[in-house]
Amino acid sequence: MSALTLQPASAPAAIAAAGPRPSFLEEVRERSGTEFSLCYQCQACANGCPFVSAMDYRPNQVLRLVQFGMREEVLQCKTIWVCVGCHTCSSQCPMAIDLAALMDTLRLLAVEQGVPVGKPNIIDFHEEVLRSLEKYGRAHKLGIMLGYKRQTGGWLQDLDVGLKMLAKRKLELFPSRVKAGGEIADLFRCYWRESR
Amino acid sequence: MNKRQNGYPEMDFSYFPGCSLATTAAESNQSLMQAAQAMGFNLLELPDWNCCGSSSAQTMCRNLSLGMAARNLSLAPPDRPLVAMCPRCLHYLRSAQKCLQQAPLTRRELEERWGRPINVEGEVIHFMEVLVRHGLDRLQAGARRSLKGLRFVPYYGCTLFRPPRLKNESYFEGEMENILASLGAEPITHALMYRCCGSFLSATDPEIVTPLVNEIIDSAAAAGADCLVTACAMCQLNLEIRRTGKTRIPVLHFSETLALALGADDYEKWFVRHIVDPRPIITKLVQAA
Repeated sequence: MSALTLQPASAPAAIAAAGPRPSFLEEVRERSGTEFSLCYQCQACANGCPFVSAMDYRPNQVLRLVQFGMREEVLQCKTIWVCVGCHTCSSQCPMAIDLAALMDTLRLLAVEQGVPVGKPNIIDFHEEVLRSLEKYGRAHKLGIMLGYKRQTGGWLQDLDVGLKMLAKRKLELFPSRVKAGGEIADLFRCYWRESR
Repeated sequence: MNKRQNGYPEMDFSYFPGCSLATTAAESNQSLMQAAQAMGFNLLELPDWNCCGSSSAQTMCRNLSLGMAARNLSLAPPDRPLVAMCPRCLHYLRSAQKCLQQAPLTRRELEERWGRPINVEGEVIHFMEVLVRHGLDRLQAGARRSLKGLRFVPYYGCTLFRPPRLKNESYFEGEMENILASLGAEPITHALMYRCCGSFLSATDPEIVTPLVNEIIDSAAAAGADCLVTACAMCQLNLEIRRTGKTRIPVLHFSETLALALGADDYEKWFVRHIVDPRPIITKLVQAA
């Protein structure tokens, strides 16, 4: 009896560290806090998703790939990047599976594991936003769009919209800046900056 | 609490404008300030606030996302609620607060770094909640211009209407209809009021967003609406810049409709910032009066 209860406190951690790394499925479940084994493939998520026509896998198919443990297929697909997190799927799922949280976790895993990304232009955009935040502490939209165009080309695409926005003074020429620049710089000593 | 507005005591709130309201949607900020003042709400801008981190930080680096939102919480005095107008900012500020409540070590580390406490217990709420809790009587008392005859499609934006982690957060469903209907406007709810505007795909992949926006606008037109009213500045922008069809329906910020009802007469100053001219709405209101 006492031999069972008097385990040193560190033992479970030591065993866990020595054991096999958690499966892809367990990792996604743990990090997203979502129980997706409840899915019975009714496809309500895919039928409600406004962006499904721009996806390579439908949301229910992404979920199935995760269930099958197909790490590479999932983390390299376009779907997780086309998803903007509008939560239509999560609110329509009859089993209350939070698919948006699942997509969020898959994006994070894709970034962390440095896999080839299904829609690189979206990462380019996010990085441009972060560079703006690093410099000013706030988003300078004109700078972000110019930087994004510089990376992805396509200067003429959207020129009309850009000019309209400039004419309506919706794009500020000069950035607004946080005064405590040191605090912002300090925040940017982070995973994203160090992994670049 | 000494001054009074229409018989109601003034109330103080900390206010987080966020990057959109500070720039692209300055008209929402201006009209919000006017509306709040007319109702006796003092929205005191958070000094030296920074971006909430938005979806970009959330996608690329969780620590950065937490740190950016947490710095704003550290600037908020504990004795009054922190109010946001952008649903996405609200979400990231609230998420950071929840996270820091559960991670006291991270909280302490950040507090030591900045040399000031982080407000992890104070309320973080949307302006619509301020209105619903404290403002309905004030709104009626301050109303100077009837919205009678204004047929609007309420368009909340996803984060306010379907909050992430659905079960734990308050919904605002129906509130915009109730508030504007009490001012005489007529809600049209059989249009695509729940459909996502496309969010940041509007910047990266406009060809995906344009057909969606056109559908939303066309559905509003088919339902006979005079305008859409949005509670999210990004929705407002996307619905204006990504429409390519023939239908031109103005898209108003929720704050603009409030300011109009409360009698603002410098609306031309914000209207010029719209890409679809909202002036026909005023003509209609004048005719109805």
